Amino acid sequence: MSGPMLRIENLTKTFPVRNAFGRISGEVTAVDNVSFSIEPGRVYGLAGESGSGKSTIARMIMGLTRPTAGNIYLDGLNITDAGSGRSRRGKVQMVFQNPGSSLNARRTIGQSISVPLDAHGHPRHDRARRIDELLEMVQLPAEFAERYPHELSGGQKQRVAIARALAMPPKLLVLDEPTSALDVSVQAKVIDLLVDLGRRLDLTFLFISHDLSLMRNFAQDVGVLYLGRIVEAGATADVFEKPSHDYTKLLLASVPVMSAEEEAMRPALPLVDGEVLTSDRLPVGSNTSFERLEQ
Amino acid sequence: MSEALLSVRDLCVDFTTYGRPLSVLKNVSLDVAAQSQVALVGETGSGKTVTTKAIMGILRQPPATITAGRILYDGRDLLTMPKKERLALRGTAMAMVFQDPVRSLNPVFSIGDQMRTILKYADRRLGRRRTRTQRMDRVLEVLGQVRMREPERVARSYPVMLSGGMCQRVLIAMSLLSEPRLLIADEPGTALDVTTQAQILKLLKKLVQEQHLALLMITHNLGVVRETSNYVYVMHKGKVVEQGRTAELFAEPKEDYTRQLIAAVPRLTGGMTFGTSEAAR
Repeated sequence: MSGPMLRIENLTKTFPVRNAFGRISGEVTAVDNVSFSIEPGRVYGLAGESGSGKSTIARMIMGLTRPTAGNIYLDGLNITDAGSGRSRRGKVQMVFQNPGSSLNARRTIGQSISVPLDAHGHPRHDRARRIDELLEMVQLPAEFAERYPHELSGGQKQRVAIARALAMPPKLLVLDEPTSALDVSVQAKVIDLLVDLGRRLDLTFLFISHDLSLMRNFAQDVGVLYLGRIVEAGATADVFEKPSHDYTKLLLASVPVMSAEEEAMRPALPLVDGEVLTSDRLPVGSNTSFERLEQ
Repeated sequence: MSEALLSVRDLCVDFTTYGRPLSVLKNVSLDVAAQSQVALVGETGSGKTVTTKAIMGILRQPPATITAGRILYDGRDLLTMPKKERLALRGTAMAMVFQDPVRSLNPVFSIGDQMRTILKYADRRLGRRRTRTQRMDRVLEVLGQVRMREPERVARSYPVMLSGGMCQRVLIAMSLLSEPRLLIADEPGTALDVTTQAQILKLLKKLVQEQHLALLMITHNLGVVRETSNYVYVMHKGKVVEQGRTAELFAEPKEDYTRQLIAAVPRLTGGMTFGTSEAAR
């Protein structure tokens, strides 16, 4: 097996814009000609603010949204038009942002984890054993299988979501803001767990987040998304230490930091009258991130 | 600390759930001097929001009960003063900016209407008189103070027409309507994008200086603490576990909890190692 685990080529997604009468009056480009690839075993970070298109990219990789143009290759196989079905099965899974709403409140933890097992034809007699095994993998006691989500803390729920994503051992795990709903001390433990699991199960990660400090420590490569485009990409250390695009500088300059060393790393704010990306996607009259900082 | 504008002394709050009292705040004491910038930092469930609600007098009782302690504003105990006097202070001398800007605004009234109403009731409580146009002028004035480019247009807008950052600035403008001396900001940037958060924090810092406000910043983000405060209180499980000048506390945390909290924050400079399964347990 050589070559990247995930390769994305010129991926584009446009959505129709409807007027008040439901007529299509135009279109917005949510993802604009995005290309990147992730080598097996690496953590690739997609950094961006709301509206940058990061979740649309995740949905297209998962087969939940059909791309307008471009190709997605998973482990060498073109899965662009495969839907969420067969060719993705067991190869790519996702962990969502809010563990409170991604688990069914009326199902026990065990039932939630068994859904992917049943859907993928895991033998019934082995189900209980596999659930125990998965809970152990995410360092939760086996008796949690009988509990309901409301009995668990946020960090524990996110561990369950990870266990569910691992039920059919995937090769690629898409993490959409997996810790943004958690406290920092819990966040550190969940990321610890993910790195540990990544090593043990040979996982590749696509880590989507707006938290640049966390990205610096977790992802080896990053792509910075702005208005649907990757404006800068490279090894995390390089991008963070020598950002070249104004938007990357703006993002780094905006992070509230804890020490003088970090403050020294933050670039001076880029000039506002430099090149400013604009887009038809911005609502009329709203500011781009650049204009916002000017005030 | 001698002349604190706000002084909380040994505040204890219990919550009664399913008939059992649960101690939520245990002898919390803190001081905010006039024109100072103080932060209250803690994780989920540490009691920081309950503390601010008790200060503002918006703690729902029941289920909560204030079992002991005093909350002094300008030397007078808010907990024992007549209700009418306390109402006259709330939203006027001390004002609060809430976390979720979009949900804190009423979707069916324009920004200008909501702000005029707030001002009308504040005036009534304080026994001030103002005509409708004078009130509108004041609304436009504070919208200008929070750097809205076109205050008239913003006043005519409804919350859905504004971005999250603009709604947050409207909330800050609302809190400034009656020229408060103390501003309590509860996680004011948490629901916003990082560039918008930077802008809101910058704005708050400027306003605090321009209008000589005292700021009590409630947050879980240690970076925000460092950028907005000179003095910090660290809360954990309903207690203030450590306090001190922000720079000193960050440089030399004394308590184990503070040390762990600071160590858990990922740094922009990198260097955090994950996957040493020791810590994952």
